[in-house]
Amino acid sequence: MCALTRGAVLRARKKLSMCAHPMSSIRHGSACAPLLYFRYIGISIRSQMQYRASFLMMSLGMFLITATEILSIWALFSRFGSLRGWRLEEVALFYGIVSTAFAIAESVSRGFDLFDRMIRTGGFDRLLLRPRSTAFQVAAGDWQLMRVGRLAVGLIALTWAGLKLDVRWFPGGLALAALAILCAACLFYGLFVLQATLTFWTVEGIEIANCVTYGGNETGQYPLSIYRPWFRKFFVFVVPLACVTYFPVLAILGREDAALGTPRWFHAAAPLIGIAFLLVSLRVWQFGVRHYRSTGS
Amino acid sequence: MRPYLAVLSARFRMLLQYRAAALAGCATQLFWGLIRVMIFEGFYLSSAAPQPMSFPQVVTYIWLGQGMLLLTMFGPDAEVRAMIQAGTIAYELVRPVRLYWLWYCRAIAARFAPLLLRAVPILIVAGVFFGMRAPASRGCAALWILSTAAAVLLTSSVATLMTISLFWTISGEGMNRIAPAIIWTFSGLLIPLPLLPNWVQPAIRVLPFRGMGDTPFRVYMGHIPPEQALLAVAHQLAWTAALVLLGQWILNRGLRRLVVQGG
Amino acid sequence: MPQILVESLVKTFHLAERVPGTWGALAGLARRRHRTVTALNGISFTLREGELLGYIGPNGAGKSTTVKILSGILVPDSGRVEVLGKVPWTHRIETVAQIGVVFGQRTQLWWDLPVIESFDLLADIYRVPAALYRRNRDELVGLLDLAPLLDTPVRQLSLGQRMRCDLAATLLHSPKILYLDEPTIGLDAVGKLAVRDFIRRLNRERGVTVILTTHDMDDIEVLCERVIVIHEGGLFLDGTLKQLRGRVSSERRLIVDLARENGPINDPDAELVSRQGRRATLRFDPARVSPAGLIARIVANHEVADLFVENPPIEEIVARIYGSACAPLSRSARQ
Repeated sequence: MCALTRGAVLRARKKLSMCAHPMSSIRHGSACAPLLYFRYIGISIRSQMQYRASFLMMSLGMFLITATEILSIWALFSRFGSLRGWRLEEVALFYGIVSTAFAIAESVSRGFDLFDRMIRTGGFDRLLLRPRSTAFQVAAGDWQLMRVGRLAVGLIALTWAGLKLDVRWFPGGLALAALAILCAACLFYGLFVLQATLTFWTVEGIEIANCVTYGGNETGQYPLSIYRPWFRKFFVFVVPLACVTYFPVLAILGREDAALGTPRWFHAAAPLIGIAFLLVSLRVWQFGVRHYRSTGS
Repeated sequence: MRPYLAVLSARFRMLLQYRAAALAGCATQLFWGLIRVMIFEGFYLSSAAPQPMSFPQVVTYIWLGQGMLLLTMFGPDAEVRAMIQAGTIAYELVRPVRLYWLWYCRAIAARFAPLLLRAVPILIVAGVFFGMRAPASRGCAALWILSTAAAVLLTSSVATLMTISLFWTISGEGMNRIAPAIIWTFSGLLIPLPLLPNWVQPAIRVLPFRGMGDTPFRVYMGHIPPEQALLAVAHQLAWTAALVLLGQWILNRGLRRLVVQGG
Repeated sequence: MPQILVESLVKTFHLAERVPGTWGALAGLARRRHRTVTALNGISFTLREGELLGYIGPNGAGKSTTVKILSGILVPDSGRVEVLGKVPWTHRIETVAQIGVVFGQRTQLWWDLPVIESFDLLADIYRVPAALYRRNRDELVGLLDLAPLLDTPVRQLSLGQRMRCDLAATLLHSPKILYLDEPTIGLDAVGKLAVRDFIRRLNRERGVTVILTTHDMDDIEVLCERVIVIHEGGLFLDGTLKQLRGRVSSERRLIVDLARENGPINDPDAELVSRQGRRATLRFDPARVSPAGLIARIVANHEVADLFVENPPIEEIVARIYGSACAPLSRSARQ
């Protein structure tokens, strides 16, 4: 037995000295959280790029599906002319902001989207055994690139709206649009986190969250004022989608809020509620983790 | 017959187990339908020009679409896809039943079972609370049921084609990714087909996809009058037969390919 | 000062019940029934630094629950636990940084990544200083003969190879305590020997405290001096292997190889356990029957080619515990 191990050790030493692993020595020292996060992302992206043809097709498919969405809006406008006082260019702005934000959130929060699978296979225990925050590990676990299809359509819609609309873009308009996209992405991210948190209590029926994630995406494509009052209130007070899309766009267009009567200063500040929403949902996640740890799997 | 009935009942029991999922699914679809209805309400209030469909008809169309959504899903069989990825497809190929019909019946069963769990509650709620109208007449109702049955057969044949395409990894995946955009547009699940631009209508009339959704919906409302309804059903069935034959032919070619390559 | 302290640990689970059949499924739409399972019912033990403990019990006895509580994953209903001076579930990150856990059936490595990249990633996750990581990694690669596997994605490894990589991965951050859950499951004979040898060296030479949960009694016999037997959530025994044997039975086995194939063998003081060709296995109680006397009688009355005395296999001892109706003896079982 000793001879075997000794021989193995000698052989291993020889092999290691012959090819000092380049990856191992270079990629080291990224122990702090942001660098570790990007390390994870790099791994995820690399493994997706391994199947390049598949990735291209998925992205193309996503692009086409999203394109038909916006084409149908165009078709309806060409038939009806306007939507409760809103023009196609203005609706394109709404569409662009929401789609871009949702595409970003979809790709970046994929770990939470797939979390129910992890709970079902018992993989969450392994995350608890590592000396890092669970939310961090889930967030870093997966990034999905194919959402770039939806992102492209969103950006196209934004650009077209930007060119067609008579708005002062520099610097206020662009800054506000960027802020709206960022905060809307945070809001959607928070919704995906909440959806994942549900799985700590049940793995069935969590698709109800689709109402506010994909449903929120669909709702936000049109100005809030066209919807019924109770629906508007839901998307202002319960899921503050209006704060990250409707109000900032009102500010960009310089319009008054005829539907809800909110003051102008609020329109520009409202997006920050999206960030607050994300922080709150991360707290709820912690609560869910605590529940999981009390009741087992 | 027995194996096919067994497939149906197993699927039914499985769906019942997930009560929360069923409720959540219904709630999600009701939400979705409401969004659509409100959007169209906004459009109809913005223009006094006459349209190919009235607003109440659009409302009914949307709710029928939500109720029938699972019937009109055309994605490939998830079990088969999993089997191909895991490499266990060989077990499927040695079964003592004709493969195409096995898959076709499975596709029909997958669409038939959710009918009771999703369509009925959604349509009832939509009818009571959200403005869905009853069929235009008893004749329309009967023709609607006929047309819906034909739609199930048609959609199942499309879904089976998607399943078969999985044998060709790259082009199969491609078709599965690109098809949804086209099918959703041309079946009326995105916007009611009469509301699409006039220059697209000829293409819509020829393609099979309207039979997956638009035809039964408009038969229900009498928008396709009973005299023309039978013609529409014939269109559905003709395309079904064509796609079934196409599917069988492609499947045989695919199986021969597999055997030649040694599985 | 014990490294691990467990006192009166209690944990119960509430499970939803599913009634089979179509009617049951429909009824399940309306109401769900719940069932309470007591996984741990007040167990207590302590571990000093450097001990190698065998933690055995039938399936569902509460072994993995104990491990989960000790590693901070699970919060118990009541009881006191201290690992390295801290309560594991309130100080999860600090506790987890100093322990390692290996589950026999699930790998902690990333499925699609080459082994070496999993190691690097873990080093960053655990914040292992670069020099220490390199030293640990090289040493572990050498000890477990992993050099040819480093560039292989984990999904392409065999079970034995994966287990060795998992063992290495779990030690990269120099944990003080190691929980091993079925580490030799599914391994071939060579693999099992290698893993056992590795664990023993880890324990003897590095002083790593090990709690070993296993169904393979050879593992226990080779590695553990101390054994805890858990049964239905209670502590059945906490002591040495010898005490374990003594607690269940004091019998010994006499294996006799007869000269002829179907020669008869019997003795008033011994009971025939099994018979295979020339080999007969007899059971006797050394307290009542003198072994020397029994051997002399057997040799005198039969044509014996060879014989030897041994203890009953641990498997049988443990199986008898698992199947026994005796209530768990918590305090009196500890010697």
